[in-house]
Formats: sequence, structure tokens, C-alpha cells
Amino acid sequence: MSERQIQLEVLRYNPETDSAPRFQTYAVPCLNEWVVLDALNYVKENLDPTLSYRWSCHMAVCGSCGMMINGEPKLGCKAFIHEYGDSIRVEPLAHFPIERDLVTVVEDFIAKLASVKPYLIPKEDKPVSAGEFKQTPAELMKFKQYTLCINCMLCYAACPQYGLVPEFVGPAALALAHRYNQDSRDGGRDQRQEVVASDEGVWECSFVGACSEVCPKHVDPAGALQQIKVASTIDWYKEHLMPWVKK
Amino acid sequence: MGEEMSRKPYVREISKTTWFLRQPRYMRYMAREVTCIFIFAYTFLLICALGSLADGPDAFQEFLNSLRSPWGVLFNLAVLVVTAYHSLSWFVVTPQAMPIQRGEEFVPGNIIVNAHYGAWAVVSLIILIWGM
Ligand code: SF4
Ligand code: FES
Repeated sequence: MSERQIQLEVLRYNPETDSAPRFQTYAVPCLNEWVVLDALNYVKENLDPTLSYRWSCHMAVCGSCGMMINGEPKLGCKAFIHEYGDSIRVEPLAHFPIERDLVTVVEDFIAKLASVKPYLIPKEDKPVSAGEFKQTPAELMKFKQYTLCINCMLCYAACPQYGLVPEFVGPAALALAHRYNQDSRDGGRDQRQEVVASDEGVWECSFVGACSEVCPKHVDPAGALQQIKVASTIDWYKEHLMPWVKK
Repeated sequence: MGEEMSRKPYVREISKTTWFLRQPRYMRYMAREVTCIFIFAYTFLLICALGSLADGPDAFQEFLNSLRSPWGVLFNLAVLVVTAYHSLSWFVVTPQAMPIQRGEEFVPGNIIVNAHYGAWAVVSLIILIWGM
């Protein structure tokens, strides 16, 4: 196993003592198959126990280790050291306030997720005795890709629009709304539209496409947002030009 | 434990004017957006054409002559190049905005993109033949 010394530059911020963040560099002996999260764990265990960051699964499923690595939003547990040079710069996810070191304040994202009602709102009430809601594989395919989101917020860190207009509901939350809208068992689209098709919803998106480029799960939130725009535009025409057509 | 944790989140400000210099992908996006200015300018040119047409044959001939001037040709060439870039940048993202599902599969994105290129070529050809 080959070992390599890297300079890990980490943005540090201690709310109790610091007025602004500053970089601190650690020399870390890395194995070639390590990911950046391993290097951070090495620092925490051997060099500096005060370093704070979030992680849990170490296998790209929990979504908690999002960070900027050389300026790009990445999962720390999926960013292999061998893909980088000898100096790696790590910062907290862009566009989110820094709580401490690499830990960001995520309340805004959580509130936005909740605002799109990300759960099944059944078309009709059905007693349990009436059996399950059936779905064909083709109906599942319609939204499956959007179920893969791990709420890592890399897309929010990539989206310049979210950085400039923090009210923007943003890629992952809107893609999740689309996931339920596309579900054959769901009847909640009208309830979601109020948030989803508002100015701060899809219409704040100018299709930069950065969210889909950085998404580690290939959710393609940008695609979902454009599809919502198309559907909402069709709604508008139906309502204003063909009011006799039922939605 | 039980001690009150003091919170003082630090907000990193983003420049409202130079944000797109941060990332090559933001610059690509801005390039696509800037092409709109050329499309606006060409639309304006078409309105001028209509205006001169309304002013009679002499005025229209003068307008046509101005199009044949070096500046007129240069402008048209520039608009052609920029508009092609504008169109291509939208064609490549059509599979994201308009996916087509057939049964359990999605139609591959390149087929959707190529269909757009095809339609574009056909329409351009018709206009060229018609204009000759
Ligand atoms: S859409 Fe992708 S980048 Fe955004 S939160 Fe979900 S998994 Fe992360
Ligand atoms: S630690 Fe769970 S996604 Fe990286």
C-alpha cells in the first residue's frame, strides 16, 4: 500500500473565539486508497481533536459529509485522495452559514424540504382492508431516480442562484416534490404547487445545471425542475386559454 | 452537560457582480445567457427591416444596401455563430427537460438531441431553398 504525504488545508471557525474563519494546514500521511474523510479522521485522531465535521456512513448513503474540496461540492467519503494533488483544500459547503469548522447550519434546507410536502398524499382514502396501492414497474420508473436523493445538499452548494437568492426553494427539495407528483399513487400535486410553482420555487431557477453536475447520486434535480416548469406552463395555458378543459 | 451552547453562525458573503468567475461552469452558463443580447439585437434589426419596408421601396433598398456593407455582413456572421451556440446549448439539455419514457425505459438522451439537430437541419434547408 503506497503512502503519500498531503497538505490538508482546512477552513476552521470557532464561534466562541473567532470573528472570521481561517485556514489551518495539516500534514497528513495518506494511503492511496483513502478518501478525504479518512484524512480528516486522521487529523481528528492524531493531530487535532478539536476539528469538527459531520459524517456517519462512510459509503455515500447518509449524505452528511458534504464539503467543498478544492472549491467543488463533494462527499468527503467519495472523494479519493489519488484524484488530487499533494495539497487539498477543504471548506464547509458553500452557501450555508458555518456553525463550526466544516459543520454548516442546515435549518433552512430542512424547512424547505418540509415545505414541499415530501410524502404521499393519496388520491383517495382507502381502508387498509382494501389492500395495497399497486404500481407497475413503468409507473415506478417515472420517479425512481428522484428517490435516490440522500439530502447531501451538494446541489445547494453548487447552485449560484441559491447563493444569491437564499429564498429559492432549491434543487433537492423541488426534485423531491417532483418525485411525489410523478407517483401514480399520489394526488397532492395541487397542494404542492403553491410552493413549487411560486417565484421562489421553480421560477427562480435559471437552469445553470450545476446541481445535476455535482449530484453524487445522479438524481438530476435540474431536469426535474425543468419538467415542473413545463407542466406548470401547460397548467397556465389550460387555465387561461382553455378554461373549459378540466385539469 | 446542560451548559448553554453559544451559536454564532458565520455567513460567507457572495459578490453580486463577480460570482460567476468562481467556477468554469458558471462562466459557461453566463456565455449562454450573453448570447441573448445578440438575439435581441437581431430581432431589433428585423423590426428595423419592417419599418423601412413601411417607408417605401427606396427606404427598403437602402436598408438592404446597409446589410451588404462590411459591418452588416460582419454583424450577420457574428449573430449566426452566436445563435448556433445558443441553440446547441439548449439542444443538449432537452433530454433533461423533456424525457420520453417508453414502457419501463427512457429513450436515450442522444436520440432526443439528434432529433432536434435533424429538425433544425430540415427547417434550415427548407428556408434556404425557399429563399433562393
Ligand atoms: S439532489 Fe443530489 S446533490 Fe442534491 S441533495 Fe439530493 S443527492 Fe445531494
Ligand atoms: S459519510 Fe455518509 S455520505 Fe459520506
